[in-house]
Amino acid sequence: MNDLTELSLQRAIHGLRQGDFSCRELVEAHLDRIQRLDIDLNAYLFIDGEGALKRAEIADRQLAEWRKSRQSEPPPLLGIPIAVKDILCVKGMPCTCGSKILEGFVPPYDATTVEKLLNAGVIILGKTNTDEFAMGSSTENSAYGVTRNPWNRERVPGGSSGGSAAAVAARLALAALGTDTGGSVRQPASFCGVSGIKPTYGRVSRYGLVAYGSSLDVVGAFGRDVQDVAIIFEQIAGADRRDATTVDLPVPPIQLGQNTDLDSLRIGVPKEYFIPGMQPEVEQAIRQAILHLQELGAVVEEISLPHTEYALPVYYLIAPAEASANLARYDGIRYGQRISAETMWDIFYRTRGKKFGAEVKRRIMLGTYALSAGYYDAYYGKAQKVRTLIKQDFERAFQRVDVIAAPVAPTTAFPFGEHTDDPLAMYLEDVFTLPANLAGVPALAFPVGFDREGLPIGLQLMGNYFQEELLFRIAHAYQLTTDWHLRSPMST
Amino acid sequence: MRLTREQVDHIARLARLHLSEEERERFREQLSAILEHFQRLQELDTSSVPPTFRAVESQRLPRTDEVQPSLSLSDLFSNAPQVEQDQFRVPPILDS
Repeated sequence: MNDLTELSLQRAIHGLRQGDFSCRELVEAHLDRIQRLDIDLNAYLFIDGEGALKRAEIADRQLAEWRKSRQSEPPPLLGIPIAVKDILCVKGMPCTCGSKILEGFVPPYDATTVEKLLNAGVIILGKTNTDEFAMGSSTENSAYGVTRNPWNRERVPGGSSGGSAAAVAARLALAALGTDTGGSVRQPASFCGVSGIKPTYGRVSRYGLVAYGSSLDVVGAFGRDVQDVAIIFEQIAGADRRDATTVDLPVPPIQLGQNTDLDSLRIGVPKEYFIPGMQPEVEQAIRQAILHLQELGAVVEEISLPHTEYALPVYYLIAPAEASANLARYDGIRYGQRISAETMWDIFYRTRGKKFGAEVKRRIMLGTYALSAGYYDAYYGKAQKVRTLIKQDFERAFQRVDVIAAPVAPTTAFPFGEHTDDPLAMYLEDVFTLPANLAGVPALAFPVGFDREGLPIGLQLMGNYFQEELLFRIAHAYQLTTDWHLRSPMST
Repeated sequence: MRLTREQVDHIARLARLHLSEEERERFREQLSAILEHFQRLQELDTSSVPPTFRAVESQRLPRTDEVQPSLSLSDLFSNAPQVEQDQFRVPPILDS
């Protein structure tokens, strides 16, 4: 039998229904691989082997019954093993958010996205590593150790959803959930050579996602190719009355088919996304991929998003400001860790001082300052206004073009420790991903080449509000006619 | 933009963070450098620009006001560091 961890979602679904293999075999293949490889990679923070096998047996029974009766279709993702970023609540599984302050916390409920996937039949193998509270671009800020890039163990997997990206790349799950506040799905997807979607803000429920920057946070998905990502996206998208920022629009079924004709589609290439100092191989691969889209029939033109350079200061004022309010809940009283003290105030100071990591404290400090009396207008208020200018850049661009194509990051995966002493240098890794979050538009990342050292390079397509389907169609046409997404980082 | 030690201590107090001596100095330097970099925002004239609080305006999703099942007390208290008689236990709040 072929290696079951190499299957695409569609093939896995088909194979399970045909009875080519059992769900138990599919889950066992993944658990075996996790056991062999994850000691080194550390993509998972928690593995629920026993639970996964139990659910697999139930799925096998359901499938067997269906094969006999052929009545009422089984749930669309029945028996599909996936991973979930450890910042989304899964009932009964620990949720640490990569932080010591939530060590031992077991949520009593499921996130909406998790609930929807479980209803669709998935099997959750475990929870994946993340920068603490999703604050970081390398997964080095996790309190539970770094995750290694499957393409090169000396490199970061990107972040903050580095565990999910590495798990999908290393075939430790067929697909995974992540979250993207400033690039946390797209950048690790790019660094690990997989595909990942950051949906439109409000397209996917944030209920049960542990909050970081509430006006920016969105749940997204990783897969081997964009078709797999689309399958997960379709299941998790939609309005939710438990998240008042979700938008009540229908989610069209995503039919990707075999058509590769991009029939006069207009693609804008923003000149601000090609900056001095970016890795030349990245620029080369991106330009080559855009040329390929042109050959498929797209019309390419250079555009300008003039306020791109301000996205970094705007993001790193707004996100920390929101974080400073969101993380006020970690007080050692209702859940999470507590450091005992004589007074309640001292419980707050000590618990938070001791159990938050350096980057989280830095962002809480930055956000508290930006919101404090006397500085609010100059920092937070100013950032909110410049955010409008960034949003208007996109609105103007989408009057001329259908989608925007750009690099995900200025470099490929960097070595561990490269930016750990210089937070500003780490923030600069996010320059190309932040604008989509500030504007709220959807963006899809997928591999379009490799650098000299064999590290993957990702392109992102940014689309108009709620036009995820168009992004999937274009990227799918690209993947039908190229094979970058088929490369696998490990032979074992 | 250089933050003073007093400013750092003030922010840490607002954020209820106990910082070590070493952290206070490191954050003073790092936050100063970051805020310095962010000065570039002041280049832009935004006097006639409205602020954006969220990228996509949410529609209200009205619902009928019905009693719905919620988490049980035992679920809610299952993660609390100290519980007594279905209440979170904390030390005295008022200074004596």
